[in-house]
Amino acid sequence: MVYIFKNFFITWKQILKGDKWYYAWLGFLSIFIVLGIAAYVQQVNRGMIETAMRDQVSWGFYISNFTFLVGVAAAAVYLVVPAYVYNFKPIKEIVLFGELLAVTAIIMCILFILVDMGRPERVWHLLPIVGAMNFPRSLLAWDVIVLNGYLAINLIISFYVLYRTAHDKEYNMQIIKPLIIISIPWAISIHTVTAFLYNGLPSRPFWNAAVLAPRFIASALCSGPALMLIIFQIIRKVSRIDIDNRAIHKIGELIAYAMGVNLFLFAAEFFKEFYSGSVHLAPMKYLYFGLHGHANLVPWMWPALLFNITAFFLFLLPKTREHPFGLNLACILVITGVYIEKGMGLIVPGFIPGTLGEIYEYTPTMLEKVITVGIWAGGAMIYTFLLKFAMPIHTGELRFVSEASEKTE
Amino acid sequence: MEMNNKRKNCRPRKISRRGFIQGTALGLASLAIPVGSADASVWEAFFQKHFREMNDDEKKAVIKRMEKEYSERYGRDLTIKTTNAEPGVLFGYGLDLSRCIGCRRCVYACVRENNQSRDPQIHWISVLEFEKGEKWINDLEGSDKYYNPDEVPEDGFFYMPVQCQQCENPPCVRACPTQATWKEPDGIVVIDYNWCIGCRYCMAACPYGARRFNWGHPRIARSELNTETHYLGNRPRSVGVVEKCTFCIQRTRGENGRYPACVEICPVGARKFGNLLDPDSEIRYIIENKRVFRLKEDLNTFPKFYYFFAT
Amino acid sequence: MYMRPILILAFLVVTGGFFGSAIADDGIPRFFVPPPPFSEGIFPCSQCHEGMPANHERRELSFHSEIDESFNHAKEQRWCLDCHNANDRDKLRSVSGQLITFEESYFLCGQCHGTIFRDWKAGVHGKRTGEWNGKRTYRLCVHCHNPHSPRFKPLKPLPPPLKPNEIQHRKLNDDEIPLNPIGDIR
Repeated sequence: MVYIFKNFFITWKQILKGDKWYYAWLGFLSIFIVLGIAAYVQQVNRGMIETAMRDQVSWGFYISNFTFLVGVAAAAVYLVVPAYVYNFKPIKEIVLFGELLAVTAIIMCILFILVDMGRPERVWHLLPIVGAMNFPRSLLAWDVIVLNGYLAINLIISFYVLYRTAHDKEYNMQIIKPLIIISIPWAISIHTVTAFLYNGLPSRPFWNAAVLAPRFIASALCSGPALMLIIFQIIRKVSRIDIDNRAIHKIGELIAYAMGVNLFLFAAEFFKEFYSGSVHLAPMKYLYFGLHGHANLVPWMWPALLFNITAFFLFLLPKTREHPFGLNLACILVITGVYIEKGMGLIVPGFIPGTLGEIYEYTPTMLEKVITVGIWAGGAMIYTFLLKFAMPIHTGELRFVSEASEKTE
Repeated sequence: MEMNNKRKNCRPRKISRRGFIQGTALGLASLAIPVGSADASVWEAFFQKHFREMNDDEKKAVIKRMEKEYSERYGRDLTIKTTNAEPGVLFGYGLDLSRCIGCRRCVYACVRENNQSRDPQIHWISVLEFEKGEKWINDLEGSDKYYNPDEVPEDGFFYMPVQCQQCENPPCVRACPTQATWKEPDGIVVIDYNWCIGCRYCMAACPYGARRFNWGHPRIARSELNTETHYLGNRPRSVGVVEKCTFCIQRTRGENGRYPACVEICPVGARKFGNLLDPDSEIRYIIENKRVFRLKEDLNTFPKFYYFFAT
Repeated sequence: MYMRPILILAFLVVTGGFFGSAIADDGIPRFFVPPPPFSEGIFPCSQCHEGMPANHERRELSFHSEIDESFNHAKEQRWCLDCHNANDRDKLRSVSGQLITFEESYFLCGQCHGTIFRDWKAGVHGKRTGEWNGKRTYRLCVHCHNPHSPRFKPLKPLPPPLKPNEIQHRKLNDDEIPLNPIGDIR
């Protein structure tokens, strides 16, 4: 019992103590978190009228960010598959950080859903038994289940591994193997269910296309790993962890394939809408050419497409993906491209034109942006804490105490 | 008419910095957790059950609490009914497109009857103006909700009011993650405003743009509050929940069920209402004798709202 | 006003051939209608027309000049005494010479507008108020259509809804809350 408290203390000490750069980073994030909280309090106080969302466009920036982050979370599987199933050593060593990123991304997803709710204090109505979860009819109920399940799986795997390692013990594959096996289809499922959430609405022709779920997964397998590549390079810089270049290049190569599929699926959608030219073309037209003079998203969508295509080639060619500049440029292009395409570029045209043909051009208010940045800063802080704790365990610098360890000393 | 003028770029205003800080301070105050015994009703409201899971005694207690809250808020006494659906009744609605002149009397009669918020403005009925001739109502993008000539009908235009279509297969009910909206036995799709979490998935799911969200705190002038209310209908709503047309459930249900407010106000008699299960009803006569159609039939939502042409 | 159903049930029971139904013995239903919308003091017409000889010739009227001027109801084919009964001015007359009271003027209109009369009887043409499953008030044709110029007059529409960007948080005192353009509807 004593050791639990001791280890708890060790954990906190590890998280709270750092050099001045560490504190500067935390301070930097805190500013945005505090601003975000203040903005959210304003939103709770006055209602969501403080956002730019209205009946015509009833989902906006929050849900856009949510959708993008589901993709990031799902991408952890990209590391898990080669690491555990094919036992690809270089990736196996870093898979833990992917899982922690998934945990962070899911927490951010939940936060984005919470700030999007008109009545967040009633969130318990969503639960089974105490609430009245509309399962299995509502896809949103499915999403609640798969996201929380995914969060649990990743928390259990990563913390079990960390706990064992912190005690200088090998983790038992017998215990985590089933969880890892489950986590692979589960990662696919969180993005599929989230896609189905939009996909299953016949009222919104832009979403009501069968290609939506495959495209979600393809794009998620671009943005998530790209984000991880950048994080791995940072980890390599700030810690003693050695991340093998082979792992980084392998992931880069895999992103190229995913992006190839993503672009192909996009082309299929683009062709179908424009060549057939039915009334359902309107949202796509709005995105890429503007509709009846409304073209707020056009200057975002073309660069996004350009970014994705450029990144595809940068990742595809060994020469560019193995060059640090080429690699990082490609990562940033992919993250930006997918963030636009799977964020605002996905949610807003679901509502433009509206079900009664109305066009309301949605641009998030300052308050929405502040809250969004606040959640991103919060996510960054959570991930920082997780890394601060996990990295030294990984390198063997940090160990928990136990009866056995104290005896040997 | 200048069509270009109709759709201006709709960009929301930004909030001022001072307003932002003021609001933050107020918001922090409002977040204070209620602890005193005077706040007991806050906790009662928080733990209130789903309407369909309450027994009669629980309903009575909830209604007593609500009536008290409303009378404190509006300074007027109001009654909240919970009248159940009558067996053998399935409500249906008819709207004669050959008669409607687009005068919007229905829009505001509905607001008055159903206690919609006056500020921020909420309308349950949208009247669309279409140009005659070239395209039919599938060209929703060509329609205009904000027309404002001196007189209607305008030459060369026709009008189509849209409200909740009370689908037999409602996509909104399927979407709701908390079962806060459902279809009653008499076919009316209702919402428990105290169970809705405000996720707005139903609004994304509705093909008819019929659902409205309380983006701000709803406000109604005290003198204009309709005090005859139904729990599932026109009782005043609060911020952060979804609302919509209920065929005036507070009027239409019960032994002496009255026509909905929009039916009674319509100066051209374009709006018809009745029991789809009664072969002698007006609505059945329309379905059997007139050319009827339902909006977006291809979506298989089976609305109980029939547009028809009397001539 | 029209919100109050006019109860002439007794009349229906006396004349009705069928229990509880609004069918008279001539097979034509009678309906709950409010009284005809006469101009103040104009009825009974016999007040003035009593003893005045009937002049069937089409001419400019001096007394009913406002009706004469606005008259626009198949005016090439029709004139006053085609519908107003010449000998008993308090009645209307059908083409076949049957006398029709002003309370039942729908029989007169229904001669030409048969399909609309049929719809009206079924409750499909025209406005109804009251109970959808019980007592309801019909309107006479002339409540909505001026019999001498029946085309429905255009109306000023009530204000359009606010555009989404016009809906913003506002600080309002209780007496500043906008009032609804339609007041009492009960």
